[in-house]
Amino acid sequence: MNARNRILGKLRTSLAGTVPRPDDFDQTLVTEPWRYAPAERVSRLRQLMEAVHTEFHQTRSADWVALLAELLGARAVPDLLVSPQTEHGRLVHAYWQTRNDLPRLHAYDRPIEEWKDELFSHTAASLTGTLGAIASTGSLVVWPDRHEPRLMSLVPPLHVALVRASQIHDNLYEVMQAQRWAANMPTNALLISGPSKTADIEQILAYGAHGPKDLIVLLLEDA
Amino acid sequence: MSELFYDAAPNATRVAPARELPRQYPEKPSDIYLFGTCVVDLFFPEAGMDSIRLLEREGIRVHFPQGQSCCGQPAYTSGYRGEAKAVARAQLPLFVEDWPVVVPSGSCAGMFRHHYQDLFAEEPAMLLEAQQLAERTFELAEFLLHVCKVSFVGTQQGQADPVRVALHTSCTARREMNTHLHGRELLAQLAGVERVEHDHESECCGFGGTFSVRMPDISGAMVMDKTTALRESGAHQVVSADCGCLMNINGSLEKQNQALRGQHLASFLWQRTGGKA
Amino acid sequence: MNAQIPLNDVTDVSAGFKPRARAALADPRLRSNFRTAMDSLMTKRAAAFSDADERERLRELGNHIRARALSQLPDLLERLEANLTRNGVKVHWAETVSEANTIVLEIIQTHEARQVIKGKSMVSEEMEMNHFLGGQGIECLESDMGEYIVQLDNEKPSHIIMPAIHKNAAQVASLFEEKLGVEYTRDVDELIQIGRRTLRQKFFEADIGVSGVNFAVAETGTLLLVENEGNGRMSTSVPPVHIAVTGIEKVVENLRDTVPLLSLLTRSALGQPITTYVNMISGPRKADELDGPQEVHLVLLDNGRSQAFNDPELRQTLNCIRCGACMNHCPVYTRIGGHAYGEVYPGPIGKIITPHMVGLAKVPDHPSASSLCGACGEVCPVKIPIPDLLRRLREENVKRADPQHPVMRGEGSKYSARERLMWSGWKLMNTQPLLYRAFSFAATRLRGLRPASLGPWTEHHSAPTPAPRSLHDLAREHLEHPR
Repeated sequence: MNARNRILGKLRTSLAGTVPRPDDFDQTLVTEPWRYAPAERVSRLRQLMEAVHTEFHQTRSADWVALLAELLGARAVPDLLVSPQTEHGRLVHAYWQTRNDLPRLHAYDRPIEEWKDELFSHTAASLTGTLGAIASTGSLVVWPDRHEPRLMSLVPPLHVALVRASQIHDNLYEVMQAQRWAANMPTNALLISGPSKTADIEQILAYGAHGPKDLIVLLLEDA
Repeated sequence: MSELFYDAAPNATRVAPARELPRQYPEKPSDIYLFGTCVVDLFFPEAGMDSIRLLEREGIRVHFPQGQSCCGQPAYTSGYRGEAKAVARAQLPLFVEDWPVVVPSGSCAGMFRHHYQDLFAEEPAMLLEAQQLAERTFELAEFLLHVCKVSFVGTQQGQADPVRVALHTSCTARREMNTHLHGRELLAQLAGVERVEHDHESECCGFGGTFSVRMPDISGAMVMDKTTALRESGAHQVVSADCGCLMNINGSLEKQNQALRGQHLASFLWQRTGGKA
Repeated sequence: MNAQIPLNDVTDVSAGFKPRARAALADPRLRSNFRTAMDSLMTKRAAAFSDADERERLRELGNHIRARALSQLPDLLERLEANLTRNGVKVHWAETVSEANTIVLEIIQTHEARQVIKGKSMVSEEMEMNHFLGGQGIECLESDMGEYIVQLDNEKPSHIIMPAIHKNAAQVASLFEEKLGVEYTRDVDELIQIGRRTLRQKFFEADIGVSGVNFAVAETGTLLLVENEGNGRMSTSVPPVHIAVTGIEKVVENLRDTVPLLSLLTRSALGQPITTYVNMISGPRKADELDGPQEVHLVLLDNGRSQAFNDPELRQTLNCIRCGACMNHCPVYTRIGGHAYGEVYPGPIGKIITPHMVGLAKVPDHPSASSLCGACGEVCPVKIPIPDLLRRLREENVKRADPQHPVMRGEGSKYSARERLMWSGWKLMNTQPLLYRAFSFAATRLRGLRPASLGPWTEHHSAPTPAPRSLHDLAREHLEHPR
């Protein structure tokens, strides 16, 4: 603890006789330039996400599972990681039972240590929900949990994310306020704005650096 | 800058000064002081004289305090604060009347307008003087445009042959004095003058006062790039409102045996609007 | 530049900076790699801040948020520690890089770990962690593509955001061919896929993940990391143990404070509205969770920061959010690149932070290597007055060291009695009008005698010739005898 006390002691000595600066945070600066009419919200989210190679589909509650099946089929994806415990997972399972030509479904239902190799080597795609999206930056809000753990949106080369149009917020500040983040931060909270990318070689943009090579967003316009 | 913190505890954490509002300009005065700057004094006196002539033509009486020498910037930027302060202290009392002080250089004007207040932060009486000087210090182009409200349009009597010029704006004019657009506006008023842009126009020419002698390799690479850009712009001549930059740019062009040269904005304006070449 | 300074009378006690800079200036490929990259980064930043008023207001807010955090830094660090501890994160404190490395090593040894995978962290560069752990027989591998390339070539990063910016694709292609035994390809997509395959295996195997931190939130006990590649998420979620290392200045008070800072950071650094990933970590895996590290550690490193903190002017150095915009806009950095600086942090921010970390005496030329053009200060998202701080460091550099009340380690490293005498002469001349007049009289009347060589100046310029008569003379004559 010596280093701790020495560091804090030095800092306190340096500040002796002073008071903290007042909190003059101005939320208008991070909200007002970043507000959108409802229709514009979707188009901005889509435009920004597509600009960074996200595949974006506007669909409806009744149609999205079939669309998912079609998209996975077109890519010849062999398997899909999806949680049977979520509402969207149950819909997928129900639909999958009506057909036999669809990718194999499996669940992230054990600690990572028990199936790390399978996740890293034999999982082609995943489907997760989101807590919504952010129009100003083109981002998905993802809070991994027991049913959809952290690595689900990271390790498989293809990540499909489900977004409800009613849950698109204008900007990050408003999401934090609306969802009361400061009072209940999860162990891991994420903003995801496209598939993984890098420009570390000659500033040439390449996708699929370490995370998913592809990100598909299914936007439920009626949800 | 420290002047903003005089009422806070000396060890209080600083915030950046509030953004400068657009400067409010006074009515055209009857008298002004000219602070010539040491580089102009020795190497470009005609730029100082042409500044005087331009101002006189606007009906202004120009006063040139003979006690003036240097604004103190070379020592200030080299870390010799005490020496800079002594020189600043010698300049401050020269401007006794409440007249504007016009400076044909963005960097020396910046010294008056910003850094004297830093130098005298701990001397209340001098600080007040420094603040008053800052209020009435103007860079020449800024003064001509916004205080004299000069208009050269339709009044050309001097050289009228078409000429292409490249404008180099000093970093201090650009970033300390916010006067980088004034030169453009003045040039735009002149008949037969076409201003051309050059590559990386906003980039430093590499002068930086003692930087050019402490780091000659880096400074030399910068002025080489700058002069190359100026040459490739197709300009017949270069115009700048700072003689430090001009000394750097012209010295480099001469060393390279290039014919292109830079001239102070005051001289260019004077020659294009009726003055003798 | 004052006309009266003897131009060749400038002391130079530099050891390495100047020769390295000279070599870089003579390397056309390096010059062009940097010029191209910096031009592109400047353009992207400008496009990301298309509304100048919004940009300026946001910078001001960013400055105020950082100043507010620093104005209560010890309290916030304690609050951060308390909240992280409550969240299950173990917090460690280190005054020096050696202490920080020891802490990391002890954690590694507790877990009998052999393989460490690293997300990008400039603080770990300060610590030279790879080298230190390598010496202990522990493999410490970089996973950020740029860092990985640099590590493969036994180099240091040349830019804090784009570590391998000094290399072009052909150079990376040759490096991969040589070190990884893959077929030569200059296709950037293929090169990245090679990196991905190699590093995926390493993520899979690693016992420990190391990362930096962009913002540490005191209010919630959250470590916020930004990145595009996903290696940061991998490093912090796959291995069973995550060690974050960061400087003590990185704390902010509230979660909402990160909103403007994040926007300033990603737009200033890369012109992006946001990075691909914003990864907010508030604790290790909970009992009912299925992945994430079992242990999360945070190492808070001082390494000279408290020295900068001790002076209210120099304290502003610690506003920095490590966006790299100052180097992208610096005409000196653009020409000499990052390696010439010889230290972890290059460019303008490096010139003002490094002296606190290694002592001014080790980097005596850094404060002087600037024309004070002000481009860095103009773009800094948290409004650090970098040119003012460079000037201040020059003062600390040339003054006589004051052992009773030292401002910083290595102060006075450029003290020179000869140069001081010269400036005293300069002062005398410029405060005594008669002396000044005598000098200018001599200079103008004897202009024909000026030497053709004036030391460093005439390496790149012809010698300036004084005018035949000074402005003082001409003005007096003119004003006393109006037309």
